Amino acid sequence: MTLLMGAVAYDAKVVTIWSGFRAWLRRQGLPFDFVLYSHYERQVEDLIAGRIHAAWNSPLAWVRARRLGVARGEPVHPLVMRDTDCDLRSVVAVRADSGIERVADLKGATVGVGAVDSPQATLLPLRHLHELGATVEPRLFQVGVGLHGDHVGGERDAARALLAGEVAAACMLDANHLLFTQEGTLPAGSTRILTMTAPYDHCNMTIAASAPRDLVEEFGGLLTGMSYADPEVRPLLDLEGLTQWRPGRATAYAALEAAVDATGFYDPAGRVTATAYDP
Amino acid sequence: MTSRTADLAGIGFDQGAQVILRRELALLPPGGRLGVIGTHDALVAHLAAWCRREGHALTVPPDGDPGGPDTPGGPVRAWIVPGPATRGRWAGAERAGGVDPSQVVSRPAAHWGLAARGALVEPGGPPSPFDLDRKEVVWADLAPALYAQAAARQWDPATAIDWDCAFELPAEVEAAVVQVMTYLVENEQAALVVPARLLARVHPHFREVTQLLAVQAADEARHIEVFTRRATLRGDELGTSSAGGRASLTSLLAEPDFSLASFLLSVLGEGTFLNLLSFLGQYAPDPVTRRIAALAHQDEARHVAFGVAHLAEQARRDPAFRGRLRGAIERRHDVLADTAGINEHVLDALTLLAAGSWSPRAVADGHAAVQRLQAEMFEGRRNRLVHLGFPAGEAAELAALHTRNFM
Repeated sequence: MTLLMGAVAYDAKVVTIWSGFRAWLRRQGLPFDFVLYSHYERQVEDLIAGRIHAAWNSPLAWVRARRLGVARGEPVHPLVMRDTDCDLRSVVAVRADSGIERVADLKGATVGVGAVDSPQATLLPLRHLHELGATVEPRLFQVGVGLHGDHVGGERDAARALLAGEVAAACMLDANHLLFTQEGTLPAGSTRILTMTAPYDHCNMTIAASAPRDLVEEFGGLLTGMSYADPEVRPLLDLEGLTQWRPGRATAYAALEAAVDATGFYDPAGRVTATAYDP
Repeated sequence: MTSRTADLAGIGFDQGAQVILRRELALLPPGGRLGVIGTHDALVAHLAAWCRREGHALTVPPDGDPGGPDTPGGPVRAWIVPGPATRGRWAGAERAGGVDPSQVVSRPAAHWGLAARGALVEPGGPPSPFDLDRKEVVWADLAPALYAQAAARQWDPATAIDWDCAFELPAEVEAAVVQVMTYLVENEQAALVVPARLLARVHPHFREVTQLLAVQAADEARHIEVFTRRATLRGDELGTSSAGGRASLTSLLAEPDFSLASFLLSVLGEGTFLNLLSFLGQYAPDPVTRRIAALAHQDEARHVAFGVAHLAEQARRDPAFRGRLRGAIERRHDVLADTAGINEHVLDALTLLAAGSWSPRAVADGHAAVQRLQAEMFEGRRNRLVHLGFPAGEAAELAALHTRNFM
């Protein structure tokens, strides 16, 4: 039997990454293959239907897979995640000269967010603002709907809109705020971080209940055994954005679960209930 | 745990904080931690994102660790414990030989690729496509000195030649010059293509060889320019190009072996051309042509010197090498046996240039001069073959098998 994994082709590099991992894993003796999806919803549905054994899932895809699995009595579990998937935060940035000093100052203001399905640029920061008591008017920057925010374009567009004065604040991943300031999208000193979410986790390798246990165990062992000092896998780790695979954990998705419930993105059984969401 | 602190003052990651941190982390002893002090608004948020990407652990004291005598910049905002990734990247790194030519290695690794010789090379990366990767095949100890000389003696075609100097030639003498220039251009095109093709195959570890080949190609590019410019100085119609001449030159392009290509082109072909350029220096009827011939001669002499030095080293190391050189001459001779040899228009033009006029006596003198030229070419080839270790008799025999097209 071959362990079959799904991955979403949010960028051309996904082919390079998983073709490279596939070759490496097979050389280590693991019968492994992968299939690519154009969006996360179909990948999750196929995982739960048993058409694939593992899914390289966004945090939102994890939430849906968990709900679908529980609803059908076939719970999924996270096998591994990247070191860079742990303890992320989202930030709400304002223009440095905006005069917005407190979250309360955003009341009624237009806030730029990412795509409707972006955990880091839409669901989590909007939930965070709501919890702090700020009622804002979100303006979606819809790039790559169905990719769960993997495409950075929506966040970059929101950042540009912030600079242009089209929105009062913009929501983005902390790492993307760093990226935008370093690449010059947000010039030095042009923005301030008004507030940040609590830490949360990002992607994980979600395993279906029906997956062959021995192959899954071997898969996890091989991934966590990859060393950044190995010149053969290092370019792939660099492309995938990690220095180390870690054992998966499901303990830091509560905020996203709450955001999904609050927005009605999925129902408790994992059905897509978001309106105007058509990946 | 050993601790150091880095005070970023008001500098954030949008102004290069990461440059300071990378330096400080490199100075940290294994097992140490780095305290970060700074006042930038986004410092902690960006530190968290940056450390996550770099694989470092970060701890953020809720209100900062109070400053002490060694943290005058204020409280420590966060502590970084470096992860293994940075060291892991360079764990198996190796020096790609050494900068000095004496530190050239016999067989540079394919994955060193385009790295500077002497650089610390991160392991991995794609293998480079350079198949000429053995020192004994491409290297000559003389290469660094010849490259330095070549770089110092580059000349500018626009200023090195007085294109506007006054001279008048009879139409037929001018036509002879044009014919010779036309012939030189096609020969120099071959002399450009051969080193350029070899250059792209030589492992960049042999830097001085690639530099020398690059200058050699650039030399030929200049020669093509000045020969063309001289040919069109008084008109816009060039001379003829014979099928036999082109067959001879095309056979040079067919040789894939670095040493044999260098032998046929530089030692035999360009060596022979040295005599031709000297001939033009003596008999060319105008100062522009004589100047061009002198400038090209100095470049070609360098090309010949590299070829001879490179091959002499190989011949010294491997006595059987001369057998391969012999084979190359014989193969090319056989290939060209049924071709017409040099373009008759070129020989006639050279004769007229040496004659200076159409009087029978002058033509006879010119003819004798061209015969002397061919004898000198033969002698030059024979001497260079002797220099490569061929016995005198065999050298003479092989020198006679060289193409009748000169190049």
